[in-house]
Amino acid sequence: MAEAIPAEMVGKALAMVPHFAALGISFRGIEDGWAELEMAYSESLVAYPDSGVIANGAIFALMDSAAGMAVVMGMAVRGPVATIDLRIDYLHPPAPFVALIGRAMCYRTTRSMAFVRGVAYQESIDHPVANMVGTFVLSGT
Amino acid sequence: MSTREWADALRRSGRGDKLDSLPYAVLLGVVADHDGSDFKLIMPYREALLGSPGRLHGGAIAGLLELAALATLLLALPEDEKLPEIKPVTVTVDFMREGGMRDTFAAATITRLGRRVANLRSVAWQYDYSRPIAAANLNIVLARPLG
Repeated sequence: MAEAIPAEMVGKALAMVPHFAALGISFRGIEDGWAELEMAYSESLVAYPDSGVIANGAIFALMDSAAGMAVVMGMAVRGPVATIDLRIDYLHPPAPFVALIGRAMCYRTTRSMAFVRGVAYQESIDHPVANMVGTFVLSGT
Repeated sequence: MSTREWADALRRSGRGDKLDSLPYAVLLGVVADHDGSDFKLIMPYREALLGSPGRLHGGAIAGLLELAALATLLLALPEDEKLPEIKPVTVTVDFMREGGMRDTFAAATITRLGRRVANLRSVAWQYDYSRPIAAANLNIVLARPLG
């Protein structure tokens, strides 16, 4: 496992990513291999204005980002990674006006690949909004 | 805007019409390209879509793929029936090439349209349809009202 990077530095680096700024995604923390990002509720993320429910696409972006972060943080030598595929099962619609948390962990790494799983949740991790499984290629190796 | 209103707006849409009543589609800057029976979406390049220097964020591409699938499904449902509730349940995206700093296109095909479930395939490309940057498989539950 690579040495820890101070949360403050990670947060600053993420704030530079244009699509994170557009979606309101910020760094929440890393603990025991689990990386967490948070996406604040915003009207601009809503699918249909009547419902107030966040679009699936925004949840996908949150989970792809959390998964990528889990992969990078777990690498002995950090380098570029790319998503090969990512599947999300949408378990129930997220509640409006509440932030979403994307939580991911890399449960297996080979020389060229990383396998990730995770969930999106709001107030309780026991009641996830979505389940995620993904595969990454470590292009630096 | 309801799905019915979106379906009606999509039928009326022409080339370059913005999906301006759907906030997330506005965030991505997606416009319709509706030319007779041929329907696709365009996500013009903008900086807000970047996930790393020079590369579109995979999540933005996934969002475009899903919007193209939903629009294609809405256009395929009968105009004179009450629309079912459309709930994407499983979405799998394969990323094949980097999305560069240029316009991205997406079009979807319906593999099967059943009473309860629709299966769609959505493809995104930049230079050429035959060189996709990403493709999604979407299984969508159609919750039809009883009676």
